[in-house]
Amino acid sequence: MAQIQQEDRINLNAKKFVMWIFIFTSFMLFAALTSGFIVYSGGSGHGLSVILPSSFRYSTIVLIASSVTLFFASRAAKRLEFEKQQMLLWITIGLGVGFLLLQVYGWYILAYKMQIYLVDPNATRSFVYVMTFTHLLHVIGGLIWLISALKGSIKRIPQVKNLYRMEMTSIFWHFLDIIWIYLYVFLLLNQ
Amino acid sequence: MSTLSVHDHGVVHHEEGHEHHHDTFLTKYVFSQDHKMIAKQFLITGITMAVIAMLLSILFRIQLAYPDKAFPLLETLLGRFAPEGRLDPEFYLSLVTIHGTIMVFFVLTAGLSGTFSNLLIPLQVGARDMASPFINMLSYWFFLTACVIMLSSFFIQKGPAGPGWTIYPPLSALPTAMKGSGMGMTLWLISMVCFVASSLMGGINYVSTVLNMRTKGMDLWKMPLTIWAFFLTAILGVLSFPVLVAGVVLLIFDRSFGTSFYLSDIVVNGQVMPFEGGSPILFQHLFWFLGHPEVYIVIMPAMGISSEIMSVNSRKPIFGYHAMVYSLIGITVLSFIVWGHHMFITGMNPFLGGVFMITTLIIAVPSAVKTFNWLATLWRGNIRFTPAMLFAIGMVSFFISGGLTGIFLGNAALDINLHDTYFVVAHFHLVMGSAAIFGMLAGVYHWFPKMFGKMMDEKLGYLHFWLTFIGAYLVFFPMHFMGLDGVPRRYYAFTEFASMQRWLSVNMFITWAAIMSACAQVAFLYNFIHSIFWGKKAIQNPWQANTLEWTTPVEHIHGNWPGEIPTVYRWPYDYSKPGAEEDFILQTTPFSQTMSSNLPHDFEDNPAGMDELNKWTSTQKANEEVK
Repeated sequence: MAQIQQEDRINLNAKKFVMWIFIFTSFMLFAALTSGFIVYSGGSGHGLSVILPSSFRYSTIVLIASSVTLFFASRAAKRLEFEKQQMLLWITIGLGVGFLLLQVYGWYILAYKMQIYLVDPNATRSFVYVMTFTHLLHVIGGLIWLISALKGSIKRIPQVKNLYRMEMTSIFWHFLDIIWIYLYVFLLLNQ
Repeated sequence: MSTLSVHDHGVVHHEEGHEHHHDTFLTKYVFSQDHKMIAKQFLITGITMAVIAMLLSILFRIQLAYPDKAFPLLETLLGRFAPEGRLDPEFYLSLVTIHGTIMVFFVLTAGLSGTFSNLLIPLQVGARDMASPFINMLSYWFFLTACVIMLSSFFIQKGPAGPGWTIYPPLSALPTAMKGSGMGMTLWLISMVCFVASSLMGGINYVSTVLNMRTKGMDLWKMPLTIWAFFLTAILGVLSFPVLVAGVVLLIFDRSFGTSFYLSDIVVNGQVMPFEGGSPILFQHLFWFLGHPEVYIVIMPAMGISSEIMSVNSRKPIFGYHAMVYSLIGITVLSFIVWGHHMFITGMNPFLGGVFMITTLIIAVPSAVKTFNWLATLWRGNIRFTPAMLFAIGMVSFFISGGLTGIFLGNAALDINLHDTYFVVAHFHLVMGSAAIFGMLAGVYHWFPKMFGKMMDEKLGYLHFWLTFIGAYLVFFPMHFMGLDGVPRRYYAFTEFASMQRWLSVNMFITWAAIMSACAQVAFLYNFIHSIFWGKKAIQNPWQANTLEWTTPVEHIHGNWPGEIPTVYRWPYDYSKPGAEEDFILQTTPFSQTMSSNLPHDFEDNPAGMDELNKWTSTQKANEEVK
């Protein structure tokens, strides 16, 4: 019996490891986009020369806040405080959606107020859209994970599974946070 | 299975999918989550795609050999793609493109890694299944979707994609540029996105399984070389495919939304296009950052498979096991810093070209280490020429003769002459095309008993080997000389140029050699299908091999081993060990059962074992003296 239990723990580890490798692949995708940006602007002499809309700054704060609430949600789950876990998850999801809206608002400001469109002879500006769009797709994936963790907690699935879902969600969500900071700082440095 | 379900209470076992007591047809053969079934699905899809891509190559070979002749049959078969019995020039480009795409991605990436990683990783490391069987199933279904979408492009008005398998912009970015840039190109991109998703899901699973789910005693240095090769291949894929996605996403934006990542100063049909400031070279960087690791994704599994098969059939330990692993790791690392050698003539800074040249030539070192190790493994071995062994040796032969020309092509100065000529075609068809497909065929012949529980016919195997081996050399070897003479690749009818007219006879020769090799594949297909149903029943360990997969029952069961997963005590290459009773010792045999064949170096970090060995040898000596 002990043998079997040990095996099972290893199997969940393998699945968590799957998430970690997925993060590597995602990271490579963003690394490719940013290095594409560098190669492009280096080769063509184009710079971004855009002051990024302030909504990106706010969205960064919102996303960091969501990471903090998710951290506390995980802690609540570990301490078997499920009500608190669910509440914090709701807040995290809310902040995630808030991030989505702020990003879209950022595009709106870029396009309608600053006349900086996706289609531009200076492709560094198109890169801004492509990077934020790709990140946004990942955020939608992250929201799905958050919802599944919340659903699990509400349905009172076994604690092992609850923690597993929380952990998978956390790994991915914190990664999204870090990637966004990376992209934002990258764009700020190049603006 | 039964033992597992006994233990099932109270623990989180239901994640596993082990509770499929009653498999329906749908869960067993279609939406299977069992790695052995998924491997077979990959193999059969891969073989089907290979046959299709081979037939495409025969079509364009006919055009090259007979540029002036009309074949009414072609019009009957292809309709508007071959008006009046002659291939449409733009359809010729589509044929070349789709042949390359299918062979590189669908056959030698998914068909090879997908089949053997899925089959062998859990079986050889001692796991019940993959880390995530569900993602594994999705991986196959994304692959099949990609295949269907790719082939569907033959049924649309303008035909399949035509800008070559490397889909360089601007040709691929302007839907109006030519027939093959239109809808066919869009389908190509969609298919590729599905394919990359499939590859990533597969690769992530392989890495996680190898690192987390090895059985007791199976440390990394006891893994067979096949597993090392699949593991490193998966790492390559996981790191490089996302970069292709980035490149393709930008391409899609250029095609469909009018951005200018890759496009600049373009005039189509006398009309000035609005694109400005883009750089087509950017695409080449992104593409080849994947593209070069991709060729190692293709060849490394073949290397691993050949190493294993050559050791088993030489009845000798693989020569230089550690060197084999380190050279695989070396190839993996180096493959990320050589992509520039595909771009020497893009106006690259000559200094940068020099750097890429040096890194490229350094790859010759680990490759040579591997080659010499294979030859040394054969040296004075007790060789059994099974069909699998012949194909493994064939793989080494192609790897040598194709690899040598790589040294020419990796040279930035020589590449000015050789770039995009038939010399390149000859080089990569030998070193990664033929070598990898031979590795794959070797794997099919060797692990067929494990996959289907039947044996393949040996005589047909020999026929298949010799015809294919000779045929492949006859096809690709003359191309070197054409390339040295400056014959460019991908041309519809280059023999129309006066300076290249004399190559027409060689073209005819190559075409007939290609047709012969294609016919030889019928022997394989017949053998394969016939043996699945009516082949001789296989015994549990038909090749007398050491690795774990041969300790599983012939009848497949979910979870692979009926009882506990066996424990591993030794490395996988104890063949013909002096003093042993038989010429192979399974990995699951403890040293305590093989006292007569144990050697001091078996116990380098095991003092207790060393003591036992010393005690045993001294008693043996004492006994001798008594006699």
